[in-house]
Amino acid sequence: MSFHRITVTLNGATEEVEVPSNMTLLQMLREKLAMTGTKNGCASGECGACTVLWNGEPVNSCMVLAVECDRSEIVTVEGLAHDNQLDPLQEALIEAGGVQCGFCIPGMLLSARALLDRNPDPTDYEIRDALVGNLCRCTGYLRIIEAVKEAARRREAVPA
Amino acid sequence: MTTKEAKHGNSRIPELIGKSVPRVDAREKVIGAAIFTDDVQFGPGLLHARILRSPHPHALVKKLDVSKARALPGVKAVVTGEDTPGYIGLYLQDRHIFCRDRVRYVGDPVAGVAATDEETAEQALSLIEVDYEPLPPVLDPEFGVSPEAPLLHPGLGKYEVANFIFPKPGTNISNHFKIRRGDSDAAWPECAVVVERKYRVPHIQHVPIEPHAAIAKWDQEGNITLWASSQSPFAQRNLIAKALGISQSKLQVISPYLGGGFGSKAGVSMESLAVVIARAVPGRPVKLRLTREEEFYTTFVRQGLVAHFKMGCDKDGNLLAMENKYYWDAGAYTEYGVNMTRAGGYSGTGPYDVPNVKVDSICVYTNHPVGGPMRGFGMPELHSGLEQCIDDLAHAIKMDPVEFRKLNCVREGDVIVTGMKMHAIGLSECIEKAAQAINWDHKAPPSAPASRKRRGKGFAIMWKAPAMPPNAGSSARVSLNEDGTVTVAVGGQEIGQGTFTVMAQMAAAALGVPYDWVKVAGPVDTKYSPYEWQTVASRLTWSMGNAVVGAAKDARKQILDMVSESWNEDPDDLDIVNGSVISYKTEEMMSLKNIVIYGLPKPNDQGWMGGPVVGRGNFMPTYVTGLDAETGQGPRAVVHYTTGAQAVEVEVDMDTGKVEIIRGVTAFDVGKAINPEMVRAQMEGGLVQGISTALFESLQLKEGVVQNPSFVDYRIATSSDVPHHIEAIIVEVPQDDGPFGARGVGEHPMVPTIPAIANAIYDAIGIRMDAPPYTAEKVYLAMVEAGIVK
Repeated sequence: MSFHRITVTLNGATEEVEVPSNMTLLQMLREKLAMTGTKNGCASGECGACTVLWNGEPVNSCMVLAVECDRSEIVTVEGLAHDNQLDPLQEALIEAGGVQCGFCIPGMLLSARALLDRNPDPTDYEIRDALVGNLCRCTGYLRIIEAVKEAARRREAVPA
Repeated sequence: MTTKEAKHGNSRIPELIGKSVPRVDAREKVIGAAIFTDDVQFGPGLLHARILRSPHPHALVKKLDVSKARALPGVKAVVTGEDTPGYIGLYLQDRHIFCRDRVRYVGDPVAGVAATDEETAEQALSLIEVDYEPLPPVLDPEFGVSPEAPLLHPGLGKYEVANFIFPKPGTNISNHFKIRRGDSDAAWPECAVVVERKYRVPHIQHVPIEPHAAIAKWDQEGNITLWASSQSPFAQRNLIAKALGISQSKLQVISPYLGGGFGSKAGVSMESLAVVIARAVPGRPVKLRLTREEEFYTTFVRQGLVAHFKMGCDKDGNLLAMENKYYWDAGAYTEYGVNMTRAGGYSGTGPYDVPNVKVDSICVYTNHPVGGPMRGFGMPELHSGLEQCIDDLAHAIKMDPVEFRKLNCVREGDVIVTGMKMHAIGLSECIEKAAQAINWDHKAPPSAPASRKRRGKGFAIMWKAPAMPPNAGSSARVSLNEDGTVTVAVGGQEIGQGTFTVMAQMAAAALGVPYDWVKVAGPVDTKYSPYEWQTVASRLTWSMGNAVVGAAKDARKQILDMVSESWNEDPDDLDIVNGSVISYKTEEMMSLKNIVIYGLPKPNDQGWMGGPVVGRGNFMPTYVTGLDAETGQGPRAVVHYTTGAQAVEVEVDMDTGKVEIIRGVTAFDVGKAINPEMVRAQMEGGLVQGISTALFESLQLKEGVVQNPSFVDYRIATSSDVPHHIEAIIVEVPQDDGPFGARGVGEHPMVPTIPAIANAIYDAIGIRMDAPPYTAEKVYLAMVEAGIVK
């Protein structure tokens, strides 16, 4: 097993981590850095609970090797709020009642964030399509979909 | 008028009941701060456990050699059935923690390893040598009850069992619940129409997105701490302590937030494995975290069902008789499943008033994964076929299915199938409102005149009672802090349903403080939290709610007694409103701040009165009676029933067989909705879980081996499968012994969904299928067979 020293920008801050070559990004976050907001639901890229943004793209962090992330930018659920100010998606999700057990929520939020970053005014179909890889067993999705729409509306309302 | 009632009615506190306040746990969950079991940090001393599991559905263990595994560097412990002679189980103690001489399903735990990392533990498993002698398996419950079937549990009869469970030693039947009411044999000739059908329901999996995780640690004195993702910290403490022969006080179970339960994390399943492995390495925490594959078949699954229905009505549509026989494919161990069989028995007619009834609900050991509780506890399975038969009966007598249900559904005062008198329920109102919302009187039009899609509407109703021991109890503690804020301690678990929020609302309302002054103490910890039987059966709002309201009222009384003495007033003239004690007589007012901890000074420096306020409350139903073993009759079988109705509109694609749910309506009588938006969220989520089970879900079992243990091969509903319109309707007919009139609704919304969809598919294309899931492939092939498509 070889070890590698990598540098990542994690939620805006620089982190230097030594990782074994077979460690996934998910393991690095949870086990090396104790960043437990990102959840492990299947470790095989099927449930979406571990979704993070890798250079702005939503990925299942259980399917990415940590060494691949050297010199790249990672955003996790812990990086969505700034100075105690929630992301509009987080706010809208609370207000819509879109949270139940909460285990899928970190991944759901990052898939939604990536969607709104590339498409500020998505249709219902586009939202459903963007979230299709994030499984939820509690809510039935409708309130989460509504929250994404509401967050998009709020962002539109803010002058650029 | 300055009566308390008048003032109270205008104050904002009681408005908390029925108000959709935001969840107490929402913020920490959206920022990634909420702690789940696998998030708890244990440092570098943590060991990782893996389990060696049986590859055979049924076999004798002839030889087990762990010496090579033990010798592997990094391995700290290897345990086997040698280490677990005792039995464990909730209602029937029929399993060892690790198998000893015999394995009974693919996945049965044979040995456990703890090592410094998961890879080493996994490697050690491959070094364990086991010689099995395969035995013929039982793979079907009807075969299982036949004389030809191999006997899976020769020990049945010696196992410890609850007194309301009736095993048949020398057979594979671990419970047979019977209803004998009226005279169905005499009733059949009176029937104008009789329908006989057989339906199957496949095994499914709960698939909470959080897999099971447990971390156990023993100290040198034999005190155990268990961190577990658990719906049942207290039941786990009790069952594991009993199995190990130790005092409950030696085992502390700590359970953080659950990433979904749906029954899979009730009772004990994998947690005892972690405890037994950790016993071999005192001082070291040992973590067992199931893989997603293990999650699919090594904890509980929803048991399969083979159901035979016979029902008849007179020429006016009045139900005269039912004979229903349920064979539950309950799996290798039925320690929990026996009570689903019982529930399926006493509720075995569905929510109908039927004078002549025979029900046989039979729990059958098979060599399938272990059947356990799942949202609905037997009700989704039995309603699945039953509600299709009701539709068929209505059609046969040329009555509208909704009218038929209105005519025959259970009403207040009816003597129901077990001989119990029905309490006030809003089932008729649910039926009417759901029918109205789906526009029942207007037949679904084809989506477009030339379309290759056909639309249909379907309807189904349900009932479900909390299924539990008659004396399942709750307790709560309400203590106040220096600034008047409140800590509510409970032993019931926040599994996503929102119970911490509802408990905070009830405590605030009953005590007289603002909602945001109340915190519910988590994580649940058996050492510090008050006792709760289990977070199951949709019982917390009702049962734990009563305990919390009792504790809040106790705290309130302590405060008012102290202040009335200080003010020299009648306590009846005092109230607590918005966090202050007020007098309606003298209009005096005093903040709770400080007085709830330090008390109040007596006049003239003569000392102090009062002290830290701690309210206690408990609740246990005392009125549930036993039922006769031969007839299932008794004065009161259950605490109460929650009832409801669902209606769906579907579209069937004639080219692909794909069924799309266009609209769903879900209406339930919840007694009183403490938090209406959260009730609606339960109804929506339950409906979608029901849709998922109706259209997609089935554990594919081949010779006892699950063929599809992954989310790729076992599909659940995604964001793209959800109907665009779901209407959730709340009906409120108060529960006489519920807090503020509330009763539970957590499980119920997925109970009638499969038959509602099946009835809608029938309405669209005129085809009935013998079992869900109604996948595109199955529907298409059924249409081909029926000659509807070529």
